[in-house]
Amino acid sequence: MISIIDITKTFNKGDVNQVAALSKVNLEVHDGDFITIIGSNGAGKSTFLNAIAGTFSLDSGQIILDGDDVVNWAEYKRASLIGRVFQDPLLGTCAGATIEQNLAMANKRGKVRGLGLGVKNRDREFFREKLAVLKLGLEDRLKSHTGLLSGGQRQALTMLMATMVRPRLLLLDEHTAALDPKTGGMILDLTAEIVQSLGLTTLMVTHNMNQAISMGNRLIMFHRGEIVLDISGKEKANLKVNDLLLRFSELRGEEGVSDRMLLC
Amino acid sequence: MTSYAFFGALEQGFAYGLMVMGVYLTFRVLDFPDLTVDGSLPLGAAVSAVAITSGYSPVFAIFMAACAGFLAGAVTGILNTKFRILHLLASILTMIALYSINLRVMGRPNMTLLGQDTVVDWFTVAAGIPPIYSTPVLFGVICFLTVALLIWFLHTERGLTFLATGDNMQMITSQGVNTDTVIIFGVGLSNALVATSGALVAQNQGAADVNMGIGTIVAGLASVIIGETVFGDKTISRALIAALLGSVLYRIAIALALGLKLGAFSITPSDLNLITALLVIFALVMPRVKQKILAGRAS
Repeated sequence: MISIIDITKTFNKGDVNQVAALSKVNLEVHDGDFITIIGSNGAGKSTFLNAIAGTFSLDSGQIILDGDDVVNWAEYKRASLIGRVFQDPLLGTCAGATIEQNLAMANKRGKVRGLGLGVKNRDREFFREKLAVLKLGLEDRLKSHTGLLSGGQRQALTMLMATMVRPRLLLLDEHTAALDPKTGGMILDLTAEIVQSLGLTTLMVTHNMNQAISMGNRLIMFHRGEIVLDISGKEKANLKVNDLLLRFSELRGEEGVSDRMLLC
Repeated sequence: MTSYAFFGALEQGFAYGLMVMGVYLTFRVLDFPDLTVDGSLPLGAAVSAVAITSGYSPVFAIFMAACAGFLAGAVTGILNTKFRILHLLASILTMIALYSINLRVMGRPNMTLLGQDTVVDWFTVAAGIPPIYSTPVLFGVICFLTVALLIWFLHTERGLTFLATGDNMQMITSQGVNTDTVIIFGVGLSNALVATSGALVAQNQGAADVNMGIGTIVAGLASVIIGETVFGDKTISRALIAALLGSVLYRIAIALALGLKLGAFSITPSDLNLITALLVIFALVMPRVKQKILAGRAS
């Protein structure tokens, strides 16, 4: 179980641009939970994921992962427990390294890296098997430079790399938003497949209401740095896009519905 | 070009070859523009000269120079990662500090090794060939061994994290690697190579001078870029060998330029910096010109 207790983060403190990005956020994540996270721009969704990953230090609060309070752990140290996929498909892979080198680096996440060969012969068969699941033909291109791949291919590879060593927690930050709808759909199917087969505990930020409803077993909504909605089980299964839009307009009151939401 | 000038250029190219490897490691692998080298090259020379005159063996003197260079690079790395000083500025700070440190190490601006045994003397005696051939051979062997070691290292589990740190810090951090450590160790390793190069140069020319480091970074960059342009950089192994050969090409180009005479006008050693700058500009522009010509042909 992962407990997030009273985490708070204010950016630009004491400045006119002061933003309470997260204010006393609490969340209990049960093992195997697949939680989708929605909210308007600037609501704190991505900040929330970054806070868990350790991109910045918090003002206060605790993050208990596997019984350890990881709040003072550096980002790289938390990475031993956390797998991440970013919105930018170029962020998750190393362009100058080959596909097999990228996989080899991911295969050592959270482990001691020594002076043995980075890519061993016995690894290659394992990498091919893993890549074959993607159905992109990458299993025959182990020695290709990752920079030559398309955004969708790189995101698929990142998905694989984030889950190669089983993470305690998988963080997906709008990981299909920068892709065309078809490729995005492919990545989403892959996500569902990997999360389900490994039974991963997952947090997924999305701007797409349909995705948020159809994926996962639990849905939370952020608004102004707070969780304003937490739906799971049967209630989530019966949820409709309209219900969510209604909630949004209630919250925003006279602000009305943003363009971004109307597009969904 | 006389064979004397050619072997001289070969010797210089290999003597500075380790420095070029160091520059390649920071500039190309770690994406860390490191000017520490202008200080760590004379540091290596100074440490090795002092060690030899104090009675240590020339080989041990080189080892001590490498350690000193590693420390200098690590300081730059720490300034950058732990104190969040911009990499360029961090390296300049270390570089100017090293100028004073080098004077302290030697106790004076320069130091001769006349009458002292050096690795060059040892090898010349052991190989039984004239110094004009033995020095390039000795330095060449050292360089190729180092290139082989670097190629091996950059393919290890740990070495891959160096490539990734220079390429995509977010990615390698998310894979659980502390990039601060990689940068401190990497810049340290780079400057260890540069200081070793300084020690070899000092032992070869029989003197260490506090000003011998001026322009090191430009010569290093010129060599790396010439090597890439001429020999290609498709894979890391190829790029490393290209950088080493680039170092030799650079010294040959300098030797050729120095021999140039146009009527009453002749190029003197004081024109070296200008020639180097022109060489780097040429090497940088050439790939684009080549591309334009090729594109013009295709249409």
